Amino acid sequence: MPTDQKNYKKVAYYPGCALEGTGHAYNRSTKAVGKKLGLDLVEVDNWNCCGAMEVKNVDPKIQTYLSSRVMSITANEMDMDVVMAPCNGCYHNLKKAEYELANDKESAEVVERLSKEAGHETYKAGQVETIHALDWIKHTIGEDGLRERVKNSLSGMKIANYYGCMYTRPRHIFPEKDAGPGSESTYRPHFMDDLLEAAGAENVEFPLKTACCGGAHTLSDSDMSTKLVLNILRAAEESDAEVIATECPTCHTGLEMHQIRAEKTLGVKTSVKILYFTQLLGLALGLKPRKVGIQENISSSTDFLKEKGLA
Amino acid sequence: MPIHEQSLIRPENLTTHEEKIIDGIDVSGHWSTFIESRVVTDYNEQMEDEIAALPGGEFIHRCWQCGSCTNSCTVNAVNPEFNPRFWIYLIRMGIESELIRDKDIIWQCVSCNKCTYACPRDVYPEGVMKATSHWLELKGHTPQSPSAIFDEVCTDQIVDTGKIEDGRTLRRFMQKTGQSLLQDWIVAMIKQLVSHLPVSLLAKMGLSTLIAPRTSGWSGARRALKRYIEEQQTEQQMAVNPVVAGEEKH
Ligand code: SF4
Ligand code: SF4
Repeated sequence: MPTDQKNYKKVAYYPGCALEGTGHAYNRSTKAVGKKLGLDLVEVDNWNCCGAMEVKNVDPKIQTYLSSRVMSITANEMDMDVVMAPCNGCYHNLKKAEYELANDKESAEVVERLSKEAGHETYKAGQVETIHALDWIKHTIGEDGLRERVKNSLSGMKIANYYGCMYTRPRHIFPEKDAGPGSESTYRPHFMDDLLEAAGAENVEFPLKTACCGGAHTLSDSDMSTKLVLNILRAAEESDAEVIATECPTCHTGLEMHQIRAEKTLGVKTSVKILYFTQLLGLALGLKPRKVGIQENISSSTDFLKEKGLA
Repeated sequence: MPIHEQSLIRPENLTTHEEKIIDGIDVSGHWSTFIESRVVTDYNEQMEDEIAALPGGEFIHRCWQCGSCTNSCTVNAVNPEFNPRFWIYLIRMGIESELIRDKDIIWQCVSCNKCTYACPRDVYPEGVMKATSHWLELKGHTPQSPSAIFDEVCTDQIVDTGKIEDGRTLRRFMQKTGQSLLQDWIVAMIKQLVSHLPVSLLAKMGLSTLIAPRTSGWSGARRALKRYIEEQQTEQQMAVNPVVAGEEKH
């Protein structure tokens, strides 16, 4: 648990661009799970893109500004002090902006200048705490709370939990991680494992939890991304997993896309299913597949879920 | 054994002779392999400073060549020629011609930050890779990489509307890089998606590729960002190539 535990039962919700596009199923399932668990999400007003993975390559300070604007609205216009971002990219960028603003004078100056020119209040480090959807459920409901609420246990489902890059690296932007018992680990993250286990799943020993899917170059260097994704898919299958649970729209879509691309361009077929952890939790809590956007995924898992008695 | 990951001796500089006598001594065969010496005359003493002046390159001077970055690198595991430690060495030594041999792969860094996680000196090698590929482009050593084109497509869209819309990004990028949208894997993916997607969502997604989603109240931010980006671009060009940038301006 974070030391200065804020109340996460009602938080500002920052879906980000991907959740309005290819990551739609993640948006739907996150909201549905929140509602089912009695947690309140208030969407950030007039939010903008956090800078994604691309803006920092043009200029990292612009990314810091973009992310700071989201936090500024949360703090100064909505008067809230916690923002929850389910997308690893958004979560990472907001955390990074927080770090830069607290530690780098030049970034703070650029953000102040841009905020003034844009006509809104400047975000000041410390006004808002950014959390991931994993933190949100873990710290409000927790494993015990989930166990009590499970209607359709995921028992008998073998899951490889895939966290990706942006949730754990670089370490310095996540001061609350690696902070002793109960905190998340950047080396061996376990929050998703904990939650899905509470929902009844069997987590397999998966060595590529924090491997890179090549998401930054999913289109600009597709061959590289296909190779990296294929490593992940194969490792999951070799670990005996039936499902890869994801927590990021970029990773998720990357795995789905390059699963198809690997088959088309390299002739390598893998059949492991790819589902958002919120979809899995939702099903376990008794939500219908449609309610957690199963049909919005690119890869189809309906037959598999039927087999497991979840659809 | 990180430090041995890259040999400075190239295969083409190794020679053996079937039969050779030098000064009456027999130097034939494998046991007398010669390494042809190579002479570097074109040290670029500014190279480290130039790269350090670009975003991400700031801490290159801290590197002590431990090799942890290369050892942990995602792309290195796929292609051993991709070697951040070695490139940092070349940059700090100013051996420009050697660095340029790898100019077409440096941009392939996937920003996974495994190197940043492993680096004991907080060099932020990921940033150095980005600064280096940026530098190669600013210097005219390489055309804009696909990755840089993608960065630009996304950034332009964000500055303009406040948001990114996947469909538009895909279309613009494919157009700018001269690729077809009808590659069989893209077609297969879309077919698969459409086959089970609810019609209402399909309509919504189709609509958003036509009418881009926008952040309301964005015009002030757009103006501010445009002005700032212009300033930064001139500054970066000046840092790398003061003469050319100066001439262009006047
Ligand atoms: S960020 Fe780039 S250089 Fe660093 S480990 Fe990843 S791919 Fe390699
Ligand atoms: S950049 Fe860091 S990890 Fe890489 S060689 Fe230098 S000191 Fe070691």
